[in-house]
Amino acid sequence: MAKYQLNVNGERREVSVDPSTPLLWVLREDLKMTGTKFGCGVSACGACTVHVAGVATRSCVLPVALLGERPVVTIEAMANDPVGRAVQDAWVERDVVQCGYCQSGQIMSAVALLKQTPKPSDVNIDESLGGNLCRCATYVRIREAVHLAAQKLK
Amino acid sequence: MTNSKTKVEGLSSTSRRGFLRATATAAGGLLVSLYLNKHTTAQEGVKPSQLPPPPKKDFPPDAFVRVTPDNKVVIQVNRLEFGQGVHTALPLILADELDADWSQVVAELAPAADVYKDPLFGIQMVGGSGSIAHSFQQYRELGAKTRAMLVAAAAARWNVAPDKCRTEASVVRGPAGQSLKYGELAAEAARQPVPATVRLKEPSEFKLIGKQVKRLDSRAKCDGSLKFGLDLDLPGMLVAVVARPPVFGAKVKSFDDGEARKVEGVREVFEIPVTRGGTGVAVVADKYWTAKRARDLLRIEWDETSVAREDSTKLFEQYRQLARTAGLSAAARGDAKAIERVAPADLFVAEYEFPYLSHSPMEPLNTTVRFDGDAAEVWAGSQFQTFDHAAVAEVLSLKPERVTFHTEMAGGGFGRRAVPDSHVQREAASIAKRFKGTPVKLVWSREDDVRGGYYRPMHVHRVEIGVGPDGLPNAWRHVVVGQSILADTPFAMMMKDGVDSSTVEGVNDTHYWVPNFAVSVHHPKVNVPVLWWRSVGHTHSAFVMETLIEELAMRAKVDPLAYRRRLIKPEPEAKKLLAALDLMDEKSAAWRNSLPKGHAVGFACHESFGTGVACAAEVSIRNNRPWIHRVTVAVNCGLAVNPLTVESQFQAGVSFGLSQLMAGGRVTLKDGRVEQRNFDRYVPPYMPDAPVTVDVHIVPSAEAPTGCGEPPVPVLSPAVVNALSKLTGKRYRTLPLVEV
Amino acid sequence: MPRTRTAGLLCVTLFAAFGAWAFLSGARVEARRVADKRAEGLAAWEQVYTVLTHPRCINCHTATNYPQQGDERRRHFANVVRGPDGRGVPALNCAGCHQKANADSTGVPGGPDWHLAPLSMRWQDENDRPLPSAAVCQQVTDPKRNGQMSAQALLKHNAEAELVLWAWEPGRRPDGSERATPPLTHAEFVAATRRWVEAGTPCPSVK
Repeated sequence: MAKYQLNVNGERREVSVDPSTPLLWVLREDLKMTGTKFGCGVSACGACTVHVAGVATRSCVLPVALLGERPVVTIEAMANDPVGRAVQDAWVERDVVQCGYCQSGQIMSAVALLKQTPKPSDVNIDESLGGNLCRCATYVRIREAVHLAAQKLK
Repeated sequence: MTNSKTKVEGLSSTSRRGFLRATATAAGGLLVSLYLNKHTTAQEGVKPSQLPPPPKKDFPPDAFVRVTPDNKVVIQVNRLEFGQGVHTALPLILADELDADWSQVVAELAPAADVYKDPLFGIQMVGGSGSIAHSFQQYRELGAKTRAMLVAAAAARWNVAPDKCRTEASVVRGPAGQSLKYGELAAEAARQPVPATVRLKEPSEFKLIGKQVKRLDSRAKCDGSLKFGLDLDLPGMLVAVVARPPVFGAKVKSFDDGEARKVEGVREVFEIPVTRGGTGVAVVADKYWTAKRARDLLRIEWDETSVAREDSTKLFEQYRQLARTAGLSAAARGDAKAIERVAPADLFVAEYEFPYLSHSPMEPLNTTVRFDGDAAEVWAGSQFQTFDHAAVAEVLSLKPERVTFHTEMAGGGFGRRAVPDSHVQREAASIAKRFKGTPVKLVWSREDDVRGGYYRPMHVHRVEIGVGPDGLPNAWRHVVVGQSILADTPFAMMMKDGVDSSTVEGVNDTHYWVPNFAVSVHHPKVNVPVLWWRSVGHTHSAFVMETLIEELAMRAKVDPLAYRRRLIKPEPEAKKLLAALDLMDEKSAAWRNSLPKGHAVGFACHESFGTGVACAAEVSIRNNRPWIHRVTVAVNCGLAVNPLTVESQFQAGVSFGLSQLMAGGRVTLKDGRVEQRNFDRYVPPYMPDAPVTVDVHIVPSAEAPTGCGEPPVPVLSPAVVNALSKLTGKRYRTLPLVEV
Repeated sequence: MPRTRTAGLLCVTLFAAFGAWAFLSGARVEARRVADKRAEGLAAWEQVYTVLTHPRCINCHTATNYPQQGDERRRHFANVVRGPDGRGVPALNCAGCHQKANADSTGVPGGPDWHLAPLSMRWQDENDRPLPSAAVCQQVTDPKRNGQMSAQALLKHNAEAELVLWAWEPGRRPDGSERATPPLTHAEFVAATRRWVEAGTPCPSVK
């Protein structure tokens, strides 16, 4: 076990965990923030996506020992982020979710995309969200909702 | 599975036995009924060989609706929500008849209890696309009865005749302008008798049914606040993972847990029974990562001597051989020998191969159990509460009524959470039994899931077709080889003369009319657990039928839609499908008649679970893969209870069906071991694989509603492949589609 | 073939011919020395080539829109794409998974500024087949395509660049096993590079 000082959603959090523990499990089990989801554990599905120093990151493969000082932002903070809120609103307006399990990750990826590419094309969306798996396959509506959020943010 | 043709009824005359179960709570609500006395008792020990008797068609409103003093209407959903939208659709049906204020409606997933059993299936479950089909009338009556009780309470208070009162938006209004909110009437309404008969609304009076209603669970699924089963966190909870045998049914010979036990946080390591008579090693720890790390350090020697080690390549060889022989008859009409008299030039033979497929729902499988010695509590995202509840009770040697079973929101399922042998819940109970008073959450990793069996079975189809002078088939001999899903489960009684209809559905009941028609089936026994995979037999049967029909149309040089219309039998049962075909034809005409160079259109139409579906797909080839530019889908599901959900299910569900076209869309075995582990090798469709747009059109209908969960799945794969065939001239009869 | 090298070969050949005609023994010796050195350089290059085309190196020198992974050099999973600067696209950056160091507990390799080599430095064709030795050699020695590196810079790169060094410390796979390393040790690789550089970075002729 080792102690780590984390900056999660702007708050200082201290945890005592094994250095090998992925950030995902620190968030879910130590900090009780379960909005970030476990889907595959090998960065192949994107359900665990968070922002680490602004970079959309698969938290399931990031051992906490490699996090360093970088701040972490999770789905729980998106309602208070202008882009995050717009994306969530677009998701609700387009009735995107089905089972909803992948959507935290989809939204975190969409927010990261829109922060760097405010007016994404279909190709941009396909590429940037191309690693976020949705088994219900709500992709058509996800794509529409990203465009809608982009419009709202204009 | 049912194909009810009854019109939406305006009147109910259900007889009412028993007495009002409503009891006013201290808070004055109309029935808080999560822990009903008699009604919560589970089926007394479900016998493995027989289905439970159907429940009494007696659904006391108090088990389903609670009106709180602050005017909220809390509605119990009698089955699992895992994406299909019942958590919104069933409440809106009830709320419509109740004239409830929709903005004040709260939906809850009901626990396991007799009263929540599917009115037709007789067990509490999601399957067969039956949620709306079976519970539409039930939820309407519940809403109407609750409304009648609220009106009766108001009428009594005002001393007026109930029929002088009207209701809207959770308010009862009296003849002299009086008004009372439902919340104010709840306590008195609870003391009113439950009416035996209620008038149901005419469709023209619907305020919610048939309208586009947004999901109730959207926001919570977008801000991370919704708790799925895996998110459950109980005080003192432990987490378990299991090392399962590399071959199904193998047993632990010995294991060394020395290193595993050294991992800080590990509580216990012990052997438990797993599926197919096998055993595994459970590791219980304070947290998932601890348990997982410790499991990686286990050294286990397995005894594989008494189990078959299957090999996909060899199985396909055996299946192909079997397909050349007649199996058990699943359908026969006309002259069975007609096919043997067909001249070689008119004979057309096609052989198809389909691999095992994993459901791999996004939320990994999990179940939490707390065993208290004389009682237990379970939390599970279950499609089969009745079976899973009974299984936990059996493992813990408890009477089912001592086991409280909570239905947790589930991140997908597609059939994987409807397991007749409840193997996940049995594992969880076996583990929790060792930790009296402590909740233990069993987690399956993705690797556990992908190699854990319970797949869509692999299949071989061999079809011989004699083509008549009119270009239409006049003789058709069809052999299907595939494991039975029903055999050796409590559903085996549904098999007829050894035939599992879920293997041949979509073939033996096809709407295409061939005068001399014979379908037979072989059900080999294979040491790989199999299961229904969203749309079950239609996953492969629609692919075979719809690619063959389009190929026959091309052979006959007839427009593929005209060809289908000629071949669909002119019977009332085919009307739903034909209407969908017509609507798809109309809605896709503009784009498909002006396709860019290098693009082609492919069609498919198929009826499953009583819902007729037709689709057209515009496809080109990019990077040696199909690029699906556009899909037009027409749906005939009777009355569309929530057209927004219907659209959403079809927009996405067609792409779920693409799972079997993906180059990595297969599970294979070698030496008994599953070769795939995770989404890097078993690759479902991602966004770039899905159609760019999908437009969904619903056939206007006042017929009773039928399901929309599974019917989207079968159609897109054959439509895409039909388009590819036009572009490449090749035929694609072996899935997955490794190359174009 | 770059013009300078063709000219160089031509010179060597002419010089040898002249030497034979003029009976200038010193020139003969010199010619043999040059030829030997070139042969030695080419042999060293072939050693270098076995390293460059090893999966640890070539997986990120693709000619396509994606990196590869694994010893069988399969396409990177989850639709990872190159992006405009070889570092992926927004929300699907290399750095979204690959940290500054290997993440052995989760099996993800990492190193400083993990990224794909630019297309100009591709060592494969568009069907993911490694280019022949001559073609890779030409790429590596062409300043227009190698990032303006001189021979000495190439040597320094192979000796010190952190992502090059990573190939010999590639970490563990998700199943805990160790990733395979290139066929030479890093010291042997640097020594081979040095011999090749000292021989004037000769390249095999295109077959």
